[in-house]
Amino acid sequence: MKINTEYAGKYVWKVIRIVALGFLAFIVLYPFLWMLVTSFKAEADIVSFPPKLFSGRFGLDSYISIWDRIPFLKYYKNTIIFATSVTLVSLLFDTMSGYAFARMNFPGKNVMFLLVMGTMMIPFQVIMVPLFVEIYKFGLINTYVGMLLPRATNAFGIFMMRSFFVSLPKGLEEAGRIDGAGEFRIFGKIMVPLCKPAIVSLFIFHFMYQWNDLLYPLLMTTDERRKTLPAGLATFMGTHVVEYGVIMAGACLSLLPILIAYLVAQKQFVQGIAMTGMKG
Amino acid sequence: MKTKSLLEKKRERTGLLFVMPSMIIFTVFVFVPLIISFVFSLLKFDMMFNHIEFQKLDNYKKLLGDGRFWNALWNTVYFTLFSVPLLIGLALIVAVMIKKKGWFSGFCKSVYFIPAICSMTIVSILWSFLVNPDIGVFSYWLSLLGVKPINVLNSPKWAMPTVILVGVWKNFGFNMVILLAGLNGIDESYYEAAEMDGAKGLQKFLKITVPMLMPTLSFTIVNSIIGSFQVFDQVYVMTKGGPLFKTQTLVQLIYSTAFDSFNMGYASTIAVALFLITFLVSTFTFKKMTRGEEDLG
Repeated sequence: MKINTEYAGKYVWKVIRIVALGFLAFIVLYPFLWMLVTSFKAEADIVSFPPKLFSGRFGLDSYISIWDRIPFLKYYKNTIIFATSVTLVSLLFDTMSGYAFARMNFPGKNVMFLLVMGTMMIPFQVIMVPLFVEIYKFGLINTYVGMLLPRATNAFGIFMMRSFFVSLPKGLEEAGRIDGAGEFRIFGKIMVPLCKPAIVSLFIFHFMYQWNDLLYPLLMTTDERRKTLPAGLATFMGTHVVEYGVIMAGACLSLLPILIAYLVAQKQFVQGIAMTGMKG
Repeated sequence: MKTKSLLEKKRERTGLLFVMPSMIIFTVFVFVPLIISFVFSLLKFDMMFNHIEFQKLDNYKKLLGDGRFWNALWNTVYFTLFSVPLLIGLALIVAVMIKKKGWFSGFCKSVYFIPAICSMTIVSILWSFLVNPDIGVFSYWLSLLGVKPINVLNSPKWAMPTVILVGVWKNFGFNMVILLAGLNGIDESYYEAAEMDGAKGLQKFLKITVPMLMPTLSFTIVNSIIGSFQVFDQVYVMTKGGPLFKTQTLVQLIYSTAFDSFNMGYASTIAVALFLITFLVSTFTFKKMTRGEEDLG
C-alpha cells in the first residue's frame, strides 16, 4: 500500500511538472506567435474585436510599407555598423588587455587591473550625462565613431579573456621565443588561436548587447536617420498613432538576425551567458 | 642589484602597449565622466554652456526636497522589491524542474531563453500591443474571465505591476540558465546521502540545493537588484514614466531632466545619488548573502 502511494505521488509530480513547464513555454511563445501573425495582417483586421489570431487576409503589406513609413533601412544599416564595429574593436582590445594582464609584467599592472575591475561598479546611467556632453563637445554626436569609441573596450571582456589566458599552460611563450617569434607573433599566432571558444562567447555577448541596447544609442543620436533599430522603433512607438502591423513587421525584422544566430549557435549563446554568471 | 635586462625592458614596454588602448578609453570615457559627474552636480547650466552657475550644494538641497526625486526613488524601490523575488523565485523553480536531462527539458530551456536574447524595446512594444484594452489578446482573455478591460498602462494602479511582469517575462530565462549551471555543479552524492537518511523532495531542496547554490544565487540576486535600479527601457517604451509619474524610475528621471528639461547639472546630482544608492544596496545585499554562506559552513 505504501509503495502504491509513493508511486502515485511520483506520477502526480511528473504530470504537474510537465503541465507547468508546458504552460510556461506557451506563455513565452504565444506572444511571439501574435507578433509574427500580426505582421502579416491588414491594419483593419488587427483592430477588429474580439482579437483573433487567425482572421482576415494575410499579406506582405506591412513589410512593404515599413520602409516608407520610417527610415527602417537606415536603422538597420546603423545597427549593423554600430554592433559590428563595437564588437570587433572591443574584442581586439579586450583580448590584448586580457593577455597582457594574464601573462606579461609591466609597471602599474596591478593598479591598472584594479581600475579596470572598478569600472564594472560604475553604472553607465551614472556617467551618461557627462559622456553625452563629451561626445557633443568632440563634435561626434550622430557619428559612428562617436558611438564606437566609448564602447571600444569592456571590463567584463578583459576579465573574461584574462581568466582564459591565465588557464593556458606555462611555457607556451618560451616555446615560441625559442623558435624566434616576437611578442606580437606569439600573441597572434599561438595564444589567440587557443582561445577561440572564449572569443566566440564574447563575440555573441558583445554583439547581442549592442544590437539590443536602447539608452546608449538613443543618447548618442539626435538625428532620426542615425538611430539604431531599438531607438528608432521606440521613437516611432512614442510619436505616431500606432500602426501595429507595421511595428510588428519592424519588430520581426529586427529580431531575425539574433534569432537565427541563436538557432545556429544555441550552445554558445547559453554558454556565454552561463559564463557571465560565473564571474560572481 | 641586478638591473633589468634589455629584453625584459622591451617585454614590459610591449605589455604596456597591449593595455594602452583599453586604458585610454577607460580614462576618457569612464573615469573623466565620473569626475565630471560630481563637478556637474554642483553646477547649473544649459546644453549650450551659456549660463554656468556654481551652486555649491544647492542641487543636493533641492534633491532632498524634490518630490519628483522621492517619487522616482520609491517607484524604483517598488519595482525592485517585486521584480527581484518574482524573477529569482521563478527562475529557481524552473531551473530545478528542468535540471533532469531529456528532450522536454532541453526544449523548455531553449524556449525560456528566447526572450532573454530579444531587446527590451521589442518586448515592451509587443506587450503594449498584447495588453491594449481594445485589440490586445491578453486583455480580451481577462474580459472573458469577467475582468473589465482597462488600459493597464494608463492606470496609476496597474501600470507598474504590468511593467514589472513584462520584465519578469523577459528575464527569468536568463537567470534560469545561470542557476542551472550552478545546479549542475552540485555533486549528486549529496542527494544520494540525503536520500539514504530519508530526506524528501522539499527537504532536499531547502537543505541541499539552496545552500549549495548560494554563491550563484547571490550573484543572480545582486545582479538583478543592480539591474532593477537601472530600469529604463520598458518604462521609456511602455509608459514614458506615466501615468501621473507613477512609473517614473530614477534613470528615467535622469534622462528626462537632462534631455527633455536640459538641466544637466541637476540630472548629474540625481545620477550621483543613484550611484551612491546602487553602491550601498549592492554592497549591503552581497554582505548579507555571503554572511549567510559562512553560517552554513
